[in-house]
Parts: sequence; structure tokens; C-alpha cells
Amino acid sequence: MATDNRPLSPHLQVYRPQLTSVLSISHRLTGIVLSVGSAVVVIWLLALAGGAESYDRMIAVLSHPVGLLGMAIWSFCLFYHLLNGIRHLFWDAGWLLDLRGAYASGWAVVILSVVLTVAIWGGLL
Amino acid sequence: MAQFRLPKNSRIGKGKHFPAPEGAKRVKTFRIYRFDPDSGENPRVDSYDVDMDQCGPMVLDAVVKIKNELDPTLTFRRSCREGICGSCAFNIDGINTLACTMAIDDIKGDVKIYPLPHMPVIKDLVPDLTHFYAQYASIKPWIQTQSPAPPDKERLQSPEDRKRMDGLYECILCACCSTSCPSYWWNGDRYLGPAILLQAYRWLVDSRDEATGERLDDLEDPFKLYRCHTIMNCTRTCPKGLNPAKAIAEIKKMMLARRSL
Repeated sequence: MATDNRPLSPHLQVYRPQLTSVLSISHRLTGIVLSVGSAVVVIWLLALAGGAESYDRMIAVLSHPVGLLGMAIWSFCLFYHLLNGIRHLFWDAGWLLDLRGAYASGWAVVILSVVLTVAIWGGLL
Repeated sequence: MAQFRLPKNSRIGKGKHFPAPEGAKRVKTFRIYRFDPDSGENPRVDSYDVDMDQCGPMVLDAVVKIKNELDPTLTFRRSCREGICGSCAFNIDGINTLACTMAIDDIKGDVKIYPLPHMPVIKDLVPDLTHFYAQYASIKPWIQTQSPAPPDKERLQSPEDRKRMDGLYECILCACCSTSCPSYWWNGDRYLGPAILLQAYRWLVDSRDEATGERLDDLEDPFKLYRCHTIMNCTRTCPKGLNPAKAIAEIKKMMLARRSL
């Protein structure tokens, strides 16, 4: 019997998003945003080294609403990636590996990331 | 590289509708994935209206009723109807579980049933598990010893040692966890997946087994074991309430412990 033409059953198309998998892929996505953000940091340093005029231009770009939004997203990603990274360290040590631990720590990471982002932009940090 | 879209031959087309008999008051619609290897057509989703006043409480009851009364061509695996054989594992309402232990009343709206995700489909809800079983065989799921067996009795185990296998021996190899794991979807050719790794751990902690070192050697591989990224969909979906993610983490800890000796 021919077996090479068998269809592949649907996966992403039908699997209901789970907190577990959504937070996991978010860790990767925030990691990608962070590497883009670190390129911006390098450009900022170059602008600083280029003298007052280039630095002013860089600040103008960053204080534009789009620049501010980008930095806000970047800071959220930083907190999320940092806190979820700590969650991964707990897992590597064998802790929080039951469903309750995974869900509680997962929500804690999400809520803390939002709180820290709001705090840093509200001038509390 | 992971392919997120379904291949051309796997995309789902429009299916048929089977209405409920006249006079049915409590009707529930079941949308079920169909694939007929003899037709040469793409898979489709058929919908069946079932009279819930004439149907048992579990999803499997409805699927059996559909086959008996509405559409005898519907093909699926089932056996024990009480969550111990692992045959009727499907993707039900977006999550992998056993049809026989999933209550219809717990599902809001239409009941959507697909085969276990990211597997080659033989027919309808029957996936090809050949590779899954070959991976199971690869971890040598039997006791391995060097010392001669006691002449007059079995190899005994203390109650404490026996207890270490609680939460492991109950696995029925239904493949719900492995086929819920995105890492297994993208790398299932070489990654063993949660079910097989839980089984591997079951033999690693068995006090009677004497091949622990060789077993760990076999698993020390960037793909077989370390494609687990602690996503934990496996633990979330296990219909037996077991914890494959924890078992895999314990294997990783064993790897570290023996390296730092």
C-alpha cells in the first residue's frame, strides 16, 4: 500500500492556544525583539560618539512617538525575557514543573512584566 | 526547518452534512475530520447532528453512534472505552485527549474532532503511529541486567523504590502528549518526544534495572532529549494526569549529576 501520499494532520491550525505554549513562543519572540533592540543601542552609542549634532538627531528619532512606542515595546520584552528566563532556571533546577507551578509562575511573569514596564515609563523606577 | 502551513495534499476541503433525525430536541453538532485514501481527494470536515437524548455522555459514545447510525464509513480506533487502552486519542475541541473519558457536556458549541496533530493520516481519525512505536522500541523498554536472576524468586524491589515509578508506570502510550508538543511537530523525526522520554525515565529510575549508564549514553544527544524546551503542553494535555515535562527535566538532571561526579 502506498504510504508516501498520506496527508499531514492539522496542528497549529486546530490546536487551541495554551498558556504553556503561548508563553514559550513569546520567550523566543521577545528574544528576537531584544536582539533588534541591542542593534538600536549600538546605533545610539555610535551617535553619542559622533558628537552633539548626531546625538541630538538620535534623540529626536527616539523621542518621536514611534520611537517611544518602540522603546516601550522593547522594555516590555526585556522584562518578559528576563523574568521568563528566571522561570526557565527554576525549571532547570527541577522546580515549578507541575501544572499549578507552571501556570502560577507563567501568570506572575506576565503580570510582573506589565507592572515593571508601566513603572519604568511612569517614572517610578 | 519547521513548516507551519499544511502541505498541499493535506489542506482541508468542504465536507458533507448529516442532519439529525426529525423530532430530536437536544441536538449537538460534531465536526469530524475525514480522509479517504482511496478517493484521491483532500481531507474534509463532515458535520453530524446528533440527538443528545439518544446518546451516551462521552465523546466516544457519540462517535460510535455516528458510525452505527449515520455514517458507517467513519473510521477510528477504540477499544476499552474506559481510558486504559489509549486507542481513542484524538484532538477534541482543540486539545488532545481520549474520546472515552471526555464528557460531551464539557464542550461548548460544536464538537470538533481531528486526528492527533502533525501525523501522517491513514484514514479519517487513524494516524500512522509506526515512527512513534519505533522510537519507543529504541529506548529498550524492558529490564536489562548483568547480575544473574535469583534462582528461587523474582527480582525484588522495596516499597520505596517501587514508589519512584508512580506517575510513570500509568502511561498508556496514547501519544496525546507527544502530538501536543510543538517541538515534536517540528523535530519529531529525531526528537523522542514527551511520551517516549517519560517511558525512558521509567526505566532509568527502576531500581532493578542495571543499564542506567547505557540508557543515559543513548539519550545524550542534542535531538533525542534536548529538543525539549519545557513548553509543557505535554503535561497540560495528558489524559491520565501524568507529568512528562517533569520526567524529562529529571533525565536532564541525571545527565548533569553524572557529568559533575
